[in-house]
Order: sequence, then C-alpha cells, then structure tokens
Amino acid sequence: MTPLVEMRDIHLSFGGVKAVDGVSLDLYPGEVVGLLGHNGAGKSTLIKILSGAYSRDSGEILIDGKPATIDNPRDARGYNIETIYQTLALADNLDAASNLFLGRELTNWLGFVDEAKMEAETRTIMGRLNPNFKKFAAPVKALSGGQRQSVAIARAVYFNARILIMDEPTAALGVQETKMVAELIEELKRQGLGIFLISHDVHDVMDLCDRITVMKNGQLVGTEKVGEITEDEILGMIILGKRPERAA
Amino acid sequence: MADTAIEVPRRNLIAILEIDTRLLGMIGAFAVLCLGFDLITEGRFLTPRNIFNLTIQTVSVAIMATGMVFIIVTRHIDLSVGSLLATCSAVMAMVQTVVTPEWLGLGLNHPLTAPIAILVGLAAGTLIGAFHGWLVGYLTIPAFIVTLGGLLIWRNVGWNLTDGQTIGPLDSSFLVFGGTNGTLGADASWIVGLIGALAAVALIWTARRAKAGHGFAVKPIWAEILLSAITAGAILGFIAILNAYQIPERRLARMFEARGEVMPEGFTASYGLPISVLILVLVAIIMTIVARRTRLGRYIFATGGNPDAAELSGINTRMLTVKVFAIMGALCALSAVVASARLTNHTNDIGTLDELRVIAAAVIGGTALSGGLGTIHGAILGALIMQSLQSGMAMVGVDAPQQNIVVGFVLVLAVLIDILYRRRTGALT
Repeated sequence: MTPLVEMRDIHLSFGGVKAVDGVSLDLYPGEVVGLLGHNGAGKSTLIKILSGAYSRDSGEILIDGKPATIDNPRDARGYNIETIYQTLALADNLDAASNLFLGRELTNWLGFVDEAKMEAETRTIMGRLNPNFKKFAAPVKALSGGQRQSVAIARAVYFNARILIMDEPTAALGVQETKMVAELIEELKRQGLGIFLISHDVHDVMDLCDRITVMKNGQLVGTEKVGEITEDEILGMIILGKRPERAA
Repeated sequence: MADTAIEVPRRNLIAILEIDTRLLGMIGAFAVLCLGFDLITEGRFLTPRNIFNLTIQTVSVAIMATGMVFIIVTRHIDLSVGSLLATCSAVMAMVQTVVTPEWLGLGLNHPLTAPIAILVGLAAGTLIGAFHGWLVGYLTIPAFIVTLGGLLIWRNVGWNLTDGQTIGPLDSSFLVFGGTNGTLGADASWIVGLIGALAAVALIWTARRAKAGHGFAVKPIWAEILLSAITAGAILGFIAILNAYQIPERRLARMFEARGEVMPEGFTASYGLPISVLILVLVAIIMTIVARRTRLGRYIFATGGNPDAAELSGINTRMLTVKVFAIMGALCALSAVVASARLTNHTNDIGTLDELRVIAAAVIGGTALSGGLGTIHGAILGALIMQSLQSGMAMVGVDAPQQNIVVGFVLVLAVLIDILYRRRTGALT
C-alpha cells in the first residue's frame, strides 16, 4: 500500500538554528500518527511545512506516492490537507460560518458571498459534530475553547480533508470536550483519513494513535508502533533522544 | 430531533428591530448636536439651505473615509490621503487645461475633456495607492512610514505639476461634479429618491425571504414594516429638505441671462440633490456591498481580526494590502474630482489636513484602530458629525482656533465613549 503522505529528508533552518534536520516520516490512510517531543523539538515546524505555512529548505513531500509542490497554505488545501492549529487559527471578530468558510466562501451566481447558505451549511455540520452548539450569530471571540475547537474541526471535516493535521487539539479543552475530540478522531479514522496528531501528553497519544514518532532538537529519534512500546520507553525517547534498547 | 431555528428572547424595541445600538447612539449624538446648534442659532442651523451646504461640504471627506475604513480595519493607516487628493486634482487640472485642449487639440470645453480627465485622475490615484500598498504589503515597511513619506511627496508632486499655480477655470462639464454647480433639480431628485426608497424596502424584504428560506429566526412582520417605513421616510424626507432649498433669485436670473432669455416673473427652481451627494451615496452602496457581500470584504475583516489566521486560511494578505490601498487611492481621486469641481479650480492647498479629518471621521464612526471592526455608514456619519460641528461653530461665531480645539476634544471623547461602550457590552460586539 502506498502511503498517503511521505516526507523525505526534510530540512529547515531559521538563521543558523536547525529547526528540522533531516526528518523522514510517513502516514497511511486510516492511521493516526502521533508526533511527540519537547517544546522546540521541531514537531510544529515539521507539520507547518506540510501545511504550507513554512517552505522547506530541502527534502521531498510525496502525496499518494507522487511528488507534491506545497509552497503556501493554498497549495496544501489543494491536496486536501487540512490543519487544526494549536493557536486555533480563527478570526475572532467573525462568526462561526465566516470562519468555517474563510478563504473558500460559498458564492451565488453573481459572485457575492451567500451568507444564508453558509450559515445553513454550518448549522448542518455543527449539528453533527457538536449538537450543543447554538451561537451561530456571535463572533467566535464569544465562544468557549471547546466551541472554538469544534469550529476549527468542522472546517477540516466540511472540506473533505484526506490528511488531517491536529496540533495539540485538546490543549485548551475540558474533560467532556476532550472526549468529544477523541470520538471524532476515531470516526475520521474509520472514514479512511490519515491524521497527524501533535501532543505533549504521552497518555493521550497512547490512546489515540497507531504509531508514534518522537523528535528531539529538530531530529527524528524514532518511530514505533503503539502496541510494541511502553509509555516509559516513549518518555525515554523524548527525554534522552535515544531509541529503547531491545533485548536481542 | 427537531432542527428548528432558535427563538431568541427579545427584550425591547431596539432588539426586535435588530438595530445596532452603537449606530443608534451616533445618530442620537448627531441629532442632539444639530438641535443644539439650531437652538443657539435661533433656527438657522436646521434650514434647507444649511443642510444642503452641509451635505456638499461633507462629500469629499466622506468618500475618502469609506476607504479609510478598509485601511484601518486591516490594521494600517493612511496619512497621505490629503496629499494624494492634491496630486490627483493637479493631474486632472493639467489634463483638462493643457493636455486635451492643446496636446490633443480638442480645444476648451470639449465633451470628451471631463471623461478623459477623470479617467486619468482615477488611474493615477489607483496606481499611487497600489504602490503604497506594495511598499506596505510586500516590502513590509510600516504603513505609517510609507504614507507619512507620501504625505510630503504627493503634496509637492502636485505643486510641481502645476508649478505652484492655481489652475482654472476647469472644464464646464467637469464642474457638475462639485457642489451647487451640478444638481438634479426637483423632479429628478424625487425620482432618484423614490427609486432609492423602493430599492431599500425591496432589500429589507428579500433579506427576510432569504432568512426564512433557510428556516432562520426572522423579525416579527410589524417590525419589518416599521423598519421599511422609517428607511423610506428618511430617504424621501432628505430629498424633500434638499428640494425645499430654492436657487437664489439673482443666480436664477443670471442663468437665464447666460442662455439669452429673460426670467419669467415669479419663477422659482430648487437645487435638489447635488450630483456629488449622489456620487457619495453610490460609493457608500458599493463599498458596503464590497465589505459585506464579497470575498474581498470578508478577507479584509478576517485579516484585521487575525492576520495569521487569514494567512493560514490561504488568503494572500500581501496582495490584499495592495488592493486595499489601491481602493483608497481611487477614492482619493474621486474626492479630488468633487473637491476641485466645487472650488471650480485646482489650488495647491486643496485637501490640506484632510488626512486627519478622514481618519477622525472613520474613528468617530466606530472603526477600531486595533483592526477588524468598522462600518462604511458609520464613517460617513462620522464625517457628517465632524462637518456639522465645524460649520455649526462657525455659525455661532466661534473662532477657527477654538473650533479646532473643540474638534480635537470631540475626537478623543468619541474614542473614549467607544471604548467604554465596548467594555460594557462585552465580547459580543
């Protein structure tokens, strides 16, 4: 089976600091790959290269086995790569529908933005993802962390993401809302999406992921299957930057 | 599970009508201001004649203020609008007094002169604006610096284009775009007013239909009727006031003389709606549509609210900056048409200090300097409030230096009230 995404030998430096240093990783359909590491390990930077927010210095990205050109967020969206950012990339002053369709507004035959239709579509998808969501007219500034997160997730789901990048999706959420996100990830997995999940929380990752990739100081430490490794071993990889020594 | 629209409990009349309370506050302040001046001047402020003069004095600043809303919403500033107006005015003056009559050999007052001059002026304004936008967006020089430079440069480019001379008189058909030189007269004004009123009412009802079609909550039917009546009444009332202002008898007599006729005994005529005011109304409509119903407008507000989110959503924010400044430039050129036509000639000091009036109008009109918030109608109302304040004080007999002190206080006070208002109403506005 060809991987959905393959990133080969990716390099990116910021003024002498090697943020990402020769990292390779892949992602298969229906799989969740967790990306772990300390702050500044290069996880977010790597993922921003895939989502088009940063341009890599060297290395290759393959989508469905074919080389892909991703130089900006628009290119990434063209490959059905959707990203849910840690900072929740929402425009605070606009309502949920405007944010959901930001950059891809629905228009009528005159080319004008069709507000009523966008709101109707938003109501439909939010009814599926988060039936308690009612604040359709308020700017997202007025929403709770979980409500904002569901707007961000709805955006990815609505536009038929094939590759979903989630950067700390549960960082700002309460218990109930975290559970909702976990259920959603399971659901999307069944639909055959490939998901990159960036997290600090080893526990979270063990529950949700199929494979785990650990980074340290911009370099790849290793990728392991969840069933074949313990939580302590992962912590060892994160802290020491070494793969666990297996009994031969 | 029933998926019906949620009924929001409505508290009072304002909530039922879904009127922006902030706008209502501004209209209230404006009304108090007008009534106050009217009392002090013993009824000279709210006369058809003064209202007519107020509207034509406001147009130039109001047109530019609509563009300034977009600039400030995207977290930039434009200090060069007054100077840019002067350069555009100089370009148009030279085109119609030198280029078309002499270089193109069309002579004076040729029918093509005004269109050519206006097109060249609009092109110049748009290009200069786009250049500012490129410096800000692509070369990432702060807009404050780019346009501060522009303030000095364009004022004096205008001076050089005309060798510092006053250029005039301008082309006769060009003059209809300014003030009393071009008005529609009573009948045509009524027709425009009726069309406007009908269109406004139709808009209210189509919006209702679109909402109902998707099963969203709509206002009660009596509220829509009341709103329609107020809107139509305001438009027609405005036309009625303008039409009540008669052209002075002596001026009428001169107009008849110019045509080689004698004025019939007891003949009267109204100015009606000035063409410059009609231009402002059209600009306001177009800019509101751009702001609310186009992708460009969405991106302007999204970028103002969160530039990073806009960028990550695939919006080309650099190009957006170029577009926003280009629109501002085009509007400066349009204001230059109105301002120079009203003066009947181009002078070097045209538009001096307009940048401050324009920014003040946008800010008094509720545009937040922190970005992401602002309305076109608010900015126009802001311009009207500034102009009323100034001409009201002049009428009362306040000296010019004292006038500016008051205007300065009002600007700061308006922003303070706005901050308090937003704080009180919380995150929902």
